[in-house]
Amino acid sequence: MLLGPALGLSAILFTIGVAGVLLRRNAIVLFMCVELMLNAVNLAFVALAQVYGVGAYLIAFFVMTVAAAEAAVGLAIILAVFRHHQSIDLQNINLLHG
Amino acid sequence: MTEAVFYVFAAVAVISAACCVLQRSPVGALIFLVQAMLALGAIFVILQGQFIGVIQILVYAGAIMVLFLFIIMLLNLGRTSSDIRGPAGIAATIVLAGLIAVELGGLWAYSPARIGREVRGSAGMIQAQAAFAGGEAAQRATAAHGVVGAIAPPLFNEYLVPFEITSILLLAAIVGAVVLAKRKV
Amino acid sequence: MTLSLLAVQVAEQAPGAELGPATQLAWLTIALPLLGFVLNGLISMVRPQARRLVSLVGPGVLLAAFAVAVAIFLEARAHPPETPIILTLWPWLHAGDLRIDLALQIDQLSILMLLVVTGVGSLIHIYSVGYMGEDPGYARYFAYLNLFVAFMLVLVLGANFPVLFIGWEGVGLCSYLLIGFWFTDKANADAGKKAFLANRVGDFGFLIAMFLLWQTVGALDFGTVFHRAPEALTTTAATWITIFLLLGCAGKSAQIPLYVWLPDAMAGPTPVSALIHAATMVTAGVYLVARTGVLFALAPATGLLTAGIGALTALFAATIGLRQYDIKKVLAYSTISQLGYMFLAVGVGAYATGLFHLVTHAFFKALLFLGSGSVIYALHHAYHTTHSHEDAQDMRNMGGLKQWLPVTCGLMWIATLAIAGVPPFSGFFSKDEILAATFARGAEQPVYYLFYAMGALAAFLTAVYMARLMAMTFHGENRTGAAEQEHLHEAPAVMTAPLIVLALLSLFGGAINLPHFVGGNAALERWLEPVTHPATAMHPLSMPTGLTEEVLIGGAVLIAALGLWVGFRTALGQPILPAREAPPETGFARVLYRKYYVDEIYDALFVKPLVWLSDKVLWRVVDQALVDGLLVNGGVVGSRWLGALGSRIQSGQLGLYVLLFLVGAIWVLDTILR
Repeated sequence: MLLGPALGLSAILFTIGVAGVLLRRNAIVLFMCVELMLNAVNLAFVALAQVYGVGAYLIAFFVMTVAAAEAAVGLAIILAVFRHHQSIDLQNINLLHG
Repeated sequence: MTEAVFYVFAAVAVISAACCVLQRSPVGALIFLVQAMLALGAIFVILQGQFIGVIQILVYAGAIMVLFLFIIMLLNLGRTSSDIRGPAGIAATIVLAGLIAVELGGLWAYSPARIGREVRGSAGMIQAQAAFAGGEAAQRATAAHGVVGAIAPPLFNEYLVPFEITSILLLAAIVGAVVLAKRKV
Repeated sequence: MTLSLLAVQVAEQAPGAELGPATQLAWLTIALPLLGFVLNGLISMVRPQARRLVSLVGPGVLLAAFAVAVAIFLEARAHPPETPIILTLWPWLHAGDLRIDLALQIDQLSILMLLVVTGVGSLIHIYSVGYMGEDPGYARYFAYLNLFVAFMLVLVLGANFPVLFIGWEGVGLCSYLLIGFWFTDKANADAGKKAFLANRVGDFGFLIAMFLLWQTVGALDFGTVFHRAPEALTTTAATWITIFLLLGCAGKSAQIPLYVWLPDAMAGPTPVSALIHAATMVTAGVYLVARTGVLFALAPATGLLTAGIGALTALFAATIGLRQYDIKKVLAYSTISQLGYMFLAVGVGAYATGLFHLVTHAFFKALLFLGSGSVIYALHHAYHTTHSHEDAQDMRNMGGLKQWLPVTCGLMWIATLAIAGVPPFSGFFSKDEILAATFARGAEQPVYYLFYAMGALAAFLTAVYMARLMAMTFHGENRTGAAEQEHLHEAPAVMTAPLIVLALLSLFGGAINLPHFVGGNAALERWLEPVTHPATAMHPLSMPTGLTEEVLIGGAVLIAALGLWVGFRTALGQPILPAREAPPETGFARVLYRKYYVDEIYDALFVKPLVWLSDKVLWRVVDQALVDGLLVNGGVVGSRWLGALGSRIQSGQLGLYVLLFLVGAIWVLDTILR
C-alpha cells in the first residue's frame, strides 16, 4: 500500500536535493542537500520493503551508517578547507583547476 | 486514515526540504532539514519500517545533524550574504532538476499491479498480490519476534559481511576525521 | 650467381633449332660493359691516376663484347632463327595477369643493332684513349661510357617494353652524365640538364604508350603484343599508342619538336658526340619504330605523321646547318637531319631501308665526329701552347688544315662523299633507297610526293653544308694564326686508326644492302625479313623499277654533285674572317644562325610560364600558404584551441564538476529507466 505515493515523494525530495546542490555555494549547505538526497533514496528503499522483504530495511540501515561516516569525514575536510581559505564559499576554492 | 496521515507528513517533508534549500543562513537550513528528517521518520513508521524510523530519528536527525550543527558553530560563520548562485546557476538548476523530475516522475505511477508485473517478469499474473510476498513475510516475522527480532536474523546471517565491513568503514571514518581536522599533524 | 645465370631458362621458339653457345651467353654483351663500369668507377674513386689500367679495361670490355656479338651473328647466319629466341634471365614483375621477366630477345634486328653498337662503340673507345688521355676525369669518362654501352645493349636486346624502357632511361641518364662531363662549367651542366628534360618529355609519351598497350592488349612482351595486336587493337587505339611512341622517339632521336637538346649536347667530349649522339642513342627511336612496326602498320595515320615529321626535320635541320660556324654544331644539325631521313623511311614502311641508313649513318657520322675531334684536338693543342683563348671549334679559326692534317682531311672527305650520297659510297645506297621508297608511297597518297621533294631538297642542302664545312676547315687560307701554325700536327695513331676503319666501312658499307640494279641481292633486307615481314605484309610497298628507278637515281646523284660544287664554291668564294673579327650576321642568315629562335620560343612558351607557376603558385600559394600555413601551422593552432577549450572544463570549481556529474547521472538514469 502507499507504494506509488511513497516512491513519488522520494522522487520529489531527490529533485529538491539536486536543485539545492546546484544552487548553493556554501559548502555545508551543499552537504546538507546531499544528505537530503540520501534520505530520499532511503525512503524509496523502505517503501519497497513491501515487495522485497526485510532486506530492504537492512539496506536502508547500511545507507544510514555509511552516510554517518561520510558526514564525519566530509565535515572534517570542510574544516580543513576553512582553515586554509578562511571561507567556505565554493566559488573561490579552485586550486584543483587544470 | 493512514493515507491522510501519510500525506500530511509528506507535505511537511516537502515544504521543509524546499525551505532548507532556499534558506539563507546555514543554521536555518539545518533546522528545516531536521524537520524534514523527522517527517520522514514518521513516514517510515507508517510504511511498517518501525526500526528504520527510530534509527532515522536517533542517528540521522539526532547524531548527524547535530554534528553538522557543531561544525557550523565551530566555523562561526555569522550572518552570511546569500550564497545562491547567479542566473547561470539558476538556469542550469531549472534545466537539470526539471530533467530529473521528468525521469523520476514515472515512479508515482507504480501501482501494485505494475510492480507485480515487473517483479514476476511476465504480463499475465494470476494475482498482483502475490508480488508482495516479501512484505508479508516481513510482517509475519515482526508479529512473531517483534520489530528488532525480525531484522536481526538476516543482519547477522546473510548480511554479516557487509555488517563487518561497515564497522571497519566507521573506524576508517573516525581516524580520517581526526587526522583531517587536527591543527598539527 | 654466375652459375644460375648460365642456367638460363630458355623459351625455345623454333623446334629443332639448337641454341648455339654464343647465343646462350648473349647476356655477356651486357655484363662485360657493366663490369667495365664498375671497375672504372672504382678506379676513378680510389686511384684516378691509373690510366694504363683504364685504357685496358675500358676498350677491352667493349672489344670482348664485340667478339661475343660477332660469334652470335655467325651462329645466326648458320641457323637463322625464324622466330625470335628469348633468353629469360630473371622473373621480374609478376602481379596478377602481369608477367614481365628480365628477358633478352635474339633475332635478326637485335643482332644487327648489337653489332653496330659494340663495333662502332669499340672503335670510339679506342679513339677516346687518345682524345681523353690527359683529362683528369679519364677513369670516370670510361666508366660512364661503358655504362652507356651496357644500357644501350639492354635497350636493343630487351624482349619486352619494360626492359627496353630500362635501357631507354639508362642511356638518357648516361647521356646526361657525359654531356655534362666537364660540369664545372655551368653551360655544360645546363646542356646536360636540357638533354635530360627533353628526353623526359619523350619518356612520358613512351610510358603512356605502355599503359595503353597493357590496357588494350594485356601483355607487354614483344611476341605476345605483336601476335595479339591485329585483332585486339582498333585503328584508333593503335593510332594513339603509336603517337605516344612517336613522342618518345621524338625525344630520344631528336626530331621536331624535341630536337633542341642535341645541338647543346655538343658541350660534351667529341667521342661522346660520336657515340651517343650520332651512332647509337639517337638511333634508339628508329630501332623502336622498326621493332614495333606491326603497331605502326596498324595505324597508317601515324605512319604518315612519322614520315612527315621526318621529312620536315630533315629539311629544317639542314637549313640551320648552312649557317653554323661551330664545326660540331654543323655536325649536330646534320645528325638531326639524317635522323629525319631514317624516320621518313620507317614512316613510309620501309623498315629495312631505315635501318640500312642507320648503319651507314653510324659509320660516316662517327667518322665525321671523330675527324672533327682530331681537328679540335690539334687546334686545342696549338692554342694551349701559345696561350691563346680562341675557340678551337669555330671553323672561322680554321682553314687550309689539309697541309698539317692530311690523313684526317682525306678520311673526312670520304665521309663527306658518303653523307652527300655520292656513289659508290655507302650513304648513296641508303639515302637513295629512302627517297625511292617515299616516291613509291606517293603513288598511294600524293602527300608523299611532297615528302620526297623535301627529302630531295634536304639532300641538296646536306651536300652544300658538308662541302662548306670541308672547305672552311681544310681548304683555302689558314686563319688560325701564324704562331699556332707551327704547333699543328696530325693526331696520334690511336686516334687515326679507328678513323681508317670507319672510312673503309663508309666506303664499302653499302655492300650490305646493294640493290638489284647493280647486281646486288639486298642482303640486309633479306636478313631482316623475318622481323619486318609482319609489318610490311600489312602495308606492302612496291619499289619503283625500270625507268622511274633510273631517273630517281640519276636525280639523286645530280643533286649530290651539284650540292657539293655549290657548297664548296660559295664557301671559298668570299674571304672568311677569323672568329674574333667576324661581323655579326644579318638578315635571313641571322635567323638561320640563331636556329630560327626556337630555343627562345620554347623558353617563352614553356620554360618561363613553368618557372612562374612554380614560384608564384606552387611555392607561395600551395607550399607556403596551404601546406605550411593551413595544414601544418593550422593544425597546431587548431589543436591548441581545442586544448584550451578542454582545459576550461577543469576549472577547479566544484559547482561545475557537480553539474557535469549530474548530467552524466541523468544520462545513465535515462538509459536504465527506458
